[in-house]
Amino acid sequence: MSALAPGRARRAAAPVPTAVPAAPGRRSQRAATALLLGPFTVLLLTVFVLPTLYAVHLSFFSTSHEGLGFGNARTAFAGLRNYAAVLDDPSFVRGVGVTLLYAVVFIPAVVAGALVLALLFDSGLVRARQLSQTVLFVPHAVPGIIGTVIWLYLYTPGISPVLGALEDVSLEVDFLALDMLVPSLVNIALWSGLGYTTVIFFAALRAIPADVIEAAAVDGAGRVRTALRIKVPMIRTTLTTVVLFTTIGTLQLFTEPMLLSKATPLVGPRYTPNMYIFDAAFTRNNYGLAAAASVLLLVVCCALSYAVTRATADRSGKAGS
Amino acid sequence: MTSTTTTTTRVPGGSAPRPGARRGERAPGRPGAPGARWSSRAVANLVVALSALYALLPLLWLVLASAADTQALFASDFFDFDDFALADNVRALLAEGDGIYLRWYGNSLLYAVGGAAVGALVSVAAGYAFDKFEFTGKRQLFALVLVSVMVPATVLALPMYLLASRVAMANTVWSVLVPVLFNPFGVYLGRLFSAAYVPNEVLEAARVDGAGELRSFWSVGLRMLGPGYVTVFLFQLTAIWNNFFLPLVMLSDEALYPLSLGLYSWNAAAPINPDYYPLMVIGSLLALLPLVVAFLLLQRFWRSGLTAGSVK
Repeated sequence: MSALAPGRARRAAAPVPTAVPAAPGRRSQRAATALLLGPFTVLLLTVFVLPTLYAVHLSFFSTSHEGLGFGNARTAFAGLRNYAAVLDDPSFVRGVGVTLLYAVVFIPAVVAGALVLALLFDSGLVRARQLSQTVLFVPHAVPGIIGTVIWLYLYTPGISPVLGALEDVSLEVDFLALDMLVPSLVNIALWSGLGYTTVIFFAALRAIPADVIEAAAVDGAGRVRTALRIKVPMIRTTLTTVVLFTTIGTLQLFTEPMLLSKATPLVGPRYTPNMYIFDAAFTRNNYGLAAAASVLLLVVCCALSYAVTRATADRSGKAGS
Repeated sequence: MTSTTTTTTRVPGGSAPRPGARRGERAPGRPGAPGARWSSRAVANLVVALSALYALLPLLWLVLASAADTQALFASDFFDFDDFALADNVRALLAEGDGIYLRWYGNSLLYAVGGAAVGALVSVAAGYAFDKFEFTGKRQLFALVLVSVMVPATVLALPMYLLASRVAMANTVWSVLVPVLFNPFGVYLGRLFSAAYVPNEVLEAARVDGAGELRSFWSVGLRMLGPGYVTVFLFQLTAIWNNFFLPLVMLSDEALYPLSLGLYSWNAAAPINPDYYPLMVIGSLLALLPLVVAFLLLQRFWRSGLTAGSVK
């Protein structure tokens, strides 16, 4: 369950007697628990549990409108028909394909890129380490919509100095061409996520005990060898966590393609599953269909985190750490 | 792979090389051939420098483009300082739609600062309760917290909108403000921070002094959790400032838009009316300043947050 940081979390939270033994104040403690936990629990129910249940409920009903969609709505139980409709819809399937392609390009790119940078920072070869990390991190502080707008301008012929410079060396790249769409999207996400991920990896690398690295040095392992054979395996849990969160992030892909869809007709209104949901709900007013697609995504998220958690737990168990 | 790790680590600083160890390789940190060392240093710094340029150049473009007038913007002609139009652009930005931009800025500040301040308090208090108290259903409730961390907000936005419409809350400030208070990852962090920063002995002492549990939290626990609170606040601030999907779904009244949605609406209008392009550019620049400044000022907090959340 503790997919986030199993080791630390367990160490920090698991020993049950951590809770302060309170002989006199049992009542006061119960009241304090209720007051401190109450607001969050109310939010958990209203913002997470209730909408989830409602989405599941909605996904089993279909609404038809009399007249041209303006008449009274009639709601009828639809069983699994909404789910079938979503899965049968070529535009949804295409959206899933786009997301998969995007994930296959983006996840290795961001993980490998950040890992290399973090290892370089950790190697002690880099000057101005703190400053460089901060500079790399800055794009993460840029709201997604603004980052996308910036890159959109840099992709747009006539405005972009990048395209201008490329043209000067007679290279013509059309970032908004059909087969460049996914790479263009990946570039935006990479720009925003690379520094953030690097900082996470770097923090994990710093946590490796120094004597482990020294022992490797004594054994005659070179820098690269130490990095690949010792450092990387030792931050495996962090790697898995990052991959999991990045994967779940890719399932949310919405803002960037939504903006791109305004810039090029090649990106349709149902380009990704999230855009599909938005389109189904607010353009086609088909809440049942949108809810079914939401529930499908929800199930995929839960399955993914479960699988990754299990895989990490097994492997770290075998490694004996 | 694992076997190499374990055998290597089993030699704690021993000087005798294992039989299998390759002697030819240099140990890191030991001066080898100066040329090789210099070149690996150069390569490392080059890679980092190029990545830093990749991070910064688009932002530099935004800054330069903000100071360009429309014609220069389309000509990518930024270095002609005769046309330095930053002040004109700001003036145009503030004049547009009777100052709607400032309104959006205020909304963003309200949603983000208000939401993060309250949300972080709610999360840290819950994390503290999870750490310090025993109660029935604790494990199950925390499991639910972890599950909700994994669920993308976009998936829940539609049912949330429909629920909000039912209780006539859609298209109100609350429809955006209430959902952003929910931060399960903050609860998770709050629990970690509480375990790390608030020793039980201190609470015990407060109790001996006759302080009730709530009082201990307010005057002892929360004070020690200060850095943790700032961390959660900062992450939540960013998340809300960046929030786009929820306001897009919930709001139809332009006067309630946060910056992200406002800029989006200008972006949608720009292909028809090119006057919106410079407004977008300068509006974007001003919109990202608070976050960049917050991150630069509060570095040690977000660093500690990333470490606590993801290491090990």
